[in-house]
Amino acid sequence: MANSVLVASPQSLPGSRRRRRVGEKISRRTYAISSIGTFVVLFALWALVTLSGFVSPLFLPSPVAVAERLVTQIQNGQLASDAATSVYRIGAGFLLATVAAIPIGIGIGTSRRIEAALEPLVDFVRYMPVVAFVPLTILWVGIGDGQKFLIIFLGTFFQQVLLIADAVRQVPRPLIDLGETLGLSNAQILRRIVLRSAAPRIWDALRITLGWAWTWLVVAELVAATSGLGYRITLGQRYFQTDTIILYVIILGIFGLITDQVMRFIGRRVFRYERISR
Amino acid sequence: MTSDLAGNGTAAGSTEAKVTIRGLTKSFGPVLALTDIDLDLHENEFVSVVGTSGCGKSTLLSIIAGLTERTEGSVRVDGAEVTGPGRDRGVVFQGSTLLPWLSALDNVKFALQDEPIAAAERTAIAREHLSLVGLDGFEDSYPAQLSGGMQQRVALARSLSYRPGILLMDEPFGALDALTRREMQALLIRVWEKHRLTVMMITHDIEEAIITSDRVIVMSRRPGTIRAELPVPLERPRRPEMNADPVFRDLFSTVLGMVHEPAPIP
Ligand SMILES: Nc1ncnc2c1ncn2[C@@H]1O[C@H](COP(=O)(O)OP(=O)(O)O)[C@@H](O)[C@H]1O
Ligand SMILES: [Mg+2]
Repeated sequence: MANSVLVASPQSLPGSRRRRRVGEKISRRTYAISSIGTFVVLFALWALVTLSGFVSPLFLPSPVAVAERLVTQIQNGQLASDAATSVYRIGAGFLLATVAAIPIGIGIGTSRRIEAALEPLVDFVRYMPVVAFVPLTILWVGIGDGQKFLIIFLGTFFQQVLLIADAVRQVPRPLIDLGETLGLSNAQILRRIVLRSAAPRIWDALRITLGWAWTWLVVAELVAATSGLGYRITLGQRYFQTDTIILYVIILGIFGLITDQVMRFIGRRVFRYERISR
Repeated sequence: MTSDLAGNGTAAGSTEAKVTIRGLTKSFGPVLALTDIDLDLHENEFVSVVGTSGCGKSTLLSIIAGLTERTEGSVRVDGAEVTGPGRDRGVVFQGSTLLPWLSALDNVKFALQDEPIAAAERTAIAREHLSLVGLDGFEDSYPAQLSGGMQQRVALARSLSYRPGILLMDEPFGALDALTRREMQALLIRVWEKHRLTVMMITHDIEEAIITSDRVIVMSRRPGTIRAELPVPLERPRRPEMNADPVFRDLFSTVLGMVHEPAPIP
């Protein structure tokens, strides 16, 4: 019995495929083919169920209808202006949140006093549903850009603070000890060691929260807006233009993907040392 | 014993050692880590501290470095009471403390960036010290590209580059394999015999302690006290083969016996 088990093991059969190992590396090409393959399959499935008439275009428009809508939206200039409005809002909202979150996150990560004063509060607030704040924010600041900034801010700031604080706390203690023995002041240690050491993790935190910011943007624009990508989706719903809805959902996905990839690319460039090994 | 000097307010005299520790006690809450330590480190002396794990060696070093506060007693460096870390005491830590975003050369230069010297001179000093530890040609390598032994050599170069009078090392080669460790010991001996300074090295390797040092300090189990101070009567320059010398072997057995002896019941 034991023998046959041995014989059947993949390594001992010359013609059999080598066993795949957990987390095994694959070539860039294989990776790209697999990634694109998934998209192609999904797209084909979508085309099949819609073009065959299996699903009513009212529920799910065909790729052709969506493509036609894309052309219309480009030609009438709405897509460009919707996208510009939304990118501006997310840019401003995210920047505000980031500018506020970085010093506060660093403060929490480096000082027990600040941590005690702020972290429990931040932890509490971040579990409050941001969506529920939408009516309140409208009451507070109206339905203009300010309200969009505020929703994006509420949705990302608290998460950023906690992620940044964690990134700072992960700076190895011996590196700080080193700074002290080199005679550096606390401010110098913070600048030259702590921030530099935490920077890749902070950048990651920003990349992840920027992804979420897209969601909050759409939430804000769906509820109360007169422009933007989310607003166009609301209009699509009002006039049963499912092709518009699908088109804009896809565009939002693409925008999210692009920002994520750009952030990753910059991170890989700036923090190149993180990826080198012997 | 010289503990009668403790706390009597004697002004720093020319006879005072480089580092003078009197009546040093350290407790972490209820845990007594060090008790009543008296120890002198003399100018340009190489001293090793051995003792079982948890006996307070790192705590002692950290207190001298000024990174840990003491509970009682006095620690003076060049006659002045230690109140915090300073550039007169370089530290080589056990794990790697190289900054991963800097090349080997820039890691050394990191220690020099506030020195009032020209940038070119900073680079020259850093290069010189990398060369001293045998790392010519690795100036542009990042820490992740260097072996553990090489990383510790960069750390050593960095600690020596700004010329502290005292070098404190906490098991600097503890994480290295035996062969690399032997190489590093030879390197350390060579470097120290060339550029003398006061060294206190913590190690759990008794051979390493004897071959490198002028004096071996044996600590007792927790709470750490100094059990013995044993001079190493081997000539300099030291050579690795000296570990076959009868003097070495005798000292080795003495230290080994002391390290493992149970603490006397008080
Ligand atoms: N920061 C700390 N808090 C509490 N206990 C500590 C701390 N540092 C060290 N100790 C305790 O003090 C004793 C001595 O530790 P240490 O100096 O690291 O020993 P060694 O370096 O000789 O192995 C140990 O029992 C350890 O648990
Ligand atoms: Mg230790």
